[in-house]
Amino acid sequence: MSVWAATFLPALVRREHASLVAAMLAPAAALGMAIILNLGLYVLIGRDPAAVLYAMLLEPFLSWASFAEVLLKAGPLLLIAQGLAIGFRAKVFNIGAEGQFILGAIFASAIPVWFPQATGQWIWPLMLLLGAVGGALWASITAFWRVRLNANEILVSLMLSLVAAQVLNYLLLGPWKDPAGFNFPQSVMFQSDAVMPTLIAGTRVNVSLLITLALSLVAWVFMQRSFMGYKLKVGGLAPRAAGYAGFSEGRAIWLSLLIGGLVAGLAGAAEVAGPLGQLQRSISTGYGYAAIIVAYLGGLHPIGIIFSALFMAVLYIGGDNAMVSANLPIAAVRVFQGSLLLAYLVAVAFVRYRIEWRRPYHRSQP
Amino acid sequence: MTPPLLSLRGISKSYGQIRANQAIDLDVAPQSIHAILGENGAGKSTLMKLIYGVEQPDEGTVVWNGEPLSLASPAEARRRGIGMVFQHFSLFETLTVVENIQLVVPGGKTELAGRIRTLGQDFGLEVDPLADVHALSVGERQRVEIIRCLMTDPKLLILDEPTSVLPPQAVKTLFDTLRRLRDRGVSILFISHKLEEIRTICDQATILRGGHVIGTVDPRDHDAHDLARMMIGRDMPDVMPALAMPEGEKRLEIIGMDYTPDDPFATPLSGISLTVRSGEILGIAGISGNGQGELAALISGEAMLKEQRDRIYMMGRDVGTLDAAARRRLGFAFVPEDRLGRGAVPEMSLVLNTVLTAHPFDLVRRGLINSAGATAFTSECIRQHDVRASGPDAEAGSLSGGNLQKFIVGREMMLSPKLLFVAQPTWGVDIGAASAIRRRLIALRNLGVAILVISEELEELFELSDFIQVLHHGMLSPPLVTRDTRPEDIGRYMIGAHASPEKVPA
Repeated sequence: MSVWAATFLPALVRREHASLVAAMLAPAAALGMAIILNLGLYVLIGRDPAAVLYAMLLEPFLSWASFAEVLLKAGPLLLIAQGLAIGFRAKVFNIGAEGQFILGAIFASAIPVWFPQATGQWIWPLMLLLGAVGGALWASITAFWRVRLNANEILVSLMLSLVAAQVLNYLLLGPWKDPAGFNFPQSVMFQSDAVMPTLIAGTRVNVSLLITLALSLVAWVFMQRSFMGYKLKVGGLAPRAAGYAGFSEGRAIWLSLLIGGLVAGLAGAAEVAGPLGQLQRSISTGYGYAAIIVAYLGGLHPIGIIFSALFMAVLYIGGDNAMVSANLPIAAVRVFQGSLLLAYLVAVAFVRYRIEWRRPYHRSQP
Repeated sequence: MTPPLLSLRGISKSYGQIRANQAIDLDVAPQSIHAILGENGAGKSTLMKLIYGVEQPDEGTVVWNGEPLSLASPAEARRRGIGMVFQHFSLFETLTVVENIQLVVPGGKTELAGRIRTLGQDFGLEVDPLADVHALSVGERQRVEIIRCLMTDPKLLILDEPTSVLPPQAVKTLFDTLRRLRDRGVSILFISHKLEEIRTICDQATILRGGHVIGTVDPRDHDAHDLARMMIGRDMPDVMPALAMPEGEKRLEIIGMDYTPDDPFATPLSGISLTVRSGEILGIAGISGNGQGELAALISGEAMLKEQRDRIYMMGRDVGTLDAAARRRLGFAFVPEDRLGRGAVPEMSLVLNTVLTAHPFDLVRRGLINSAGATAFTSECIRQHDVRASGPDAEAGSLSGGNLQKFIVGREMMLSPKLLFVAQPTWGVDIGAASAIRRRLIALRNLGVAILVISEELEELFELSDFIQVLHHGMLSPPLVTRDTRPEDIGRYMIGAHASPEKVPA
């Protein structure tokens, strides 16, 4: 019988209780594993690991200017990850935040593109609002197919991201191209009222950071205290218990995707109404995908996500540094991100499971 | 006195902190039917695993036929003449009877088929060797299991709760077989918690409680009450008297319901009709897998009919289009047969599991969970229903099955329902707690609650119900008045042989 195959092999045995120690250690252990793995890679490709480590993980903290860039980078990651984490806890896997982010940027840009002469402090708040609506609309396509036809939301949302990128291309190469832009695929530069006020003088950090932190607080209340968040968690942990209590699965899917799309769209709007000041192709830099890692690395917990978003932003800024100072290839940051997620998933398995080395025995059922 | 066939002295076995068996002494005489009697968790299963070689004892000695015995595996146990039939069968459904037996017994098909027929005639174990197992009834499958054990010519046969899966008629046949086996020289260890059965068939009974042997008696010298007292260590609580109630209003009515599930392995239902009135308990009898799960989901609203109109009424309203939450709002409460993952979320605390269905009881304020209220509700449930847990914040998954059952039953009872539906109210619950649950059900009935109970335990239904209907192959018998009905009448419906028309209440 198959029992023999398991002889001498390690087996994952479910713990009776989730291990609190393992849960606390998992992010740190994952970080440690990922650093060791990547340092090994740097040695293999002939770079100085100490220099890379310094440039990647320390330099971002060593000057106010670079730390401000970290904060700027952390904003969209944090915002998107908070929304995604809510869905992930309901086991609704929205992998298409990138597309929702792009649609948010497009919707927000509509005002300055169509009304470049408009003035007034109402412009940028309206742009943020429109961005959120755009992201939510894009996500609602996925929700609709999932609820109506049971189409897998992972595939639909992911593929819709590719569609979103093409919509962006079309606009920037066609109707929305800046007539005075030397044929570059970008919109006009936005008027100053279409850009959010700066928060910290001398840096690019703007008021969206405050909005993001406030929404993190809202996410915390929603997931830890509200009945609606509770229903989503029940649906994620025990779908049959949700059915038994009469919590609608369809509503949970709609809610999860709409929240995810809303904040991703908001983040996209904050990019064009913030550091970019125009709609360009480079808005899509993979925030929507990196936020998935941020969400999981933060344990899908609103507070944990604040730290993981900061860390991921450090990695972005530090990776740029290391490309210059330690001659690291451009893919290195992606590799680090990927290995970090992998290491985390391995580490988090030990929260609910432990390894047991099966000793040989002679059990055979008649 | 003849020397015992099997003799255990000072057998102990611990699993971590839990001392499952402590200093067990047991003598099984040749040619006897020996009962091992005890509640869930008394250590019966552990002891049988030690005797059958599945596990090895920490301490103690085993003497078999006058020689010391130390078993490394069940295979060795079988070679030495010890066979066991487990409660859950291990047969391949896609193979025939003889093919299943060929997997463990050497020999050609024709030869084995011949031996199966001979054994069948000798011991009243008739079964067609060439039949596919999936086409056999539960009773026939059990016969195949027993035949498979007899093929190796055992001196001792262990049967783990053999009657729990059988209708009453099949129990009689099984007992005939066991007596014949005993008379041909096979001793039988009969594990059970059903007292009357033990008094009917066993020559000796060893009573276990909390991992200790309480005593060995001749069960025919004691009445069921005595045996129960030895088993649970105190007097059996009295049965709650059911008050005579005037005929109440209809709280649940199902009219000619047909259901074809999407899942090809689920049981279709046809022509289901039943009525539960205020102040009465309707029991649904039948062996699991005859449509109980499908019926329960349709009543609770977890599954929906395709033709929704005019089939299911609750509190006088057509609820065919209402989901589970809307039905609960009408005053419906439900204890499902699976506790973990359906009746409770294992990873969540008891407090949060209270919120699952008790949220309308002011446990949600302005969209936020009222933790103080939920904790108070949970503590009250723990106290009233004697739930053994470290506190309201214990994870549901950390409770034993019986305690979680008490919690879920308690929670649903505290919702002050108009219609309470309980599937398998006392599964895995010890006798004391089971009788407490039954008393509370009858007390609720006396207060005018309409109660529907699905149970596999006939005794339980006879204790609880005013009426009994039997579910067999997705069809429901007419309602039988419990006090005018004998278990054998129910049994006929359980195996699909329709009884003579019974009195049908208005």
